[in-house]
Amino acid sequence: MIEFISQPWSWWVSGIVISAIMFLLLFFGKSFGFSSNLRTICAMSGAGSISKFFDFNWKTQVWNLVFLAGAIIGGFITREFLSTGEAVQISEATIRDLQALGFSKPVSVQPDELFSLEAMFTLKGFSILAIGGFLVGLGSRYAGGCTSGHAISGISDLQVPSMIAVVGFFAGGLIMTWFIYPLIF
Amino acid sequence: MKFIKFLLVGVLFGIVMAKSEAFSWYRIQEMFRFQAFHMYGIIGTAVVLGILGVAIIKKFQMRDVEGNPILFHPKEKAVVRYLIGGTLFGLGWALSGACPGPMVVNIGYGYLSLAVVFLFATVGTLFYGLIKDHLPH
Repeated sequence: MIEFISQPWSWWVSGIVISAIMFLLLFFGKSFGFSSNLRTICAMSGAGSISKFFDFNWKTQVWNLVFLAGAIIGGFITREFLSTGEAVQISEATIRDLQALGFSKPVSVQPDELFSLEAMFTLKGFSILAIGGFLVGLGSRYAGGCTSGHAISGISDLQVPSMIAVVGFFAGGLIMTWFIYPLIF
Repeated sequence: MKFIKFLLVGVLFGIVMAKSEAFSWYRIQEMFRFQAFHMYGIIGTAVVLGILGVAIIKKFQMRDVEGNPILFHPKEKAVVRYLIGGTLFGLGWALSGACPGPMVVNIGYGYLSLAVVFLFATVGTLFYGLIKDHLPH
């Protein structure tokens, strides 16, 4: 059993579990939307005094911060107990494309070129992390949700705004991957 | 301990993101290069089951654990905010290889540099709050 769990999970197992998470939250009287936590963290930190957008009763969102804490623990548990420590099983074509950009073949989950502490303490490395994060935070709130809120929850409810947002997610992702990556790597 | 159930669902979320490799920058790159079915399979399966389940909840007017009806709130009708906001999000998603959930899963997994990404995501959200009245929606 543990051996089975320790293998990377297939896409369909993951898809089933993610939809189960959405339904569990609905049955708990909540909705699945992770990026709301960013707004809550701003509100908790007192940003309500500089923008009305953060002036709300954030205590009603504590459940979502608890969910966030659980997600961190889940990452830790996977690393410590449920992982074989293998490299991600991406396609040969992707490995070749990324090598052409200067990324070595995967040896773990994330490329050292971007996420090692050494990379983080370079100007370019830090800028990539900071700009990437900033765009995700700005874009998710501008669009009113992220992958969980729009791509999963919103489309499950057949909401047109969520479908437009997901078109945007892909437009941005494709522009970054195909046009901006060759300029920065 | 009314929050314990949310903690446990969060743990499940962290495990599934990590075990399916969906929290890996490599997988996001593979997706945006259309070189594997993996990420499309994950999102597609979740969405198909989600559509079926939401339709069932609505049809039978199901209730949550506290006995309240499960309601779905239609999102505000607009185009510009979803398209521009979504595109900005996508640019950041492909650059950092993580959306907000997987960022914190990475931190738990030991990739502390994702804490920088998450911190700046909070800054980005703060920036939106400051300028939102000047943005087209």
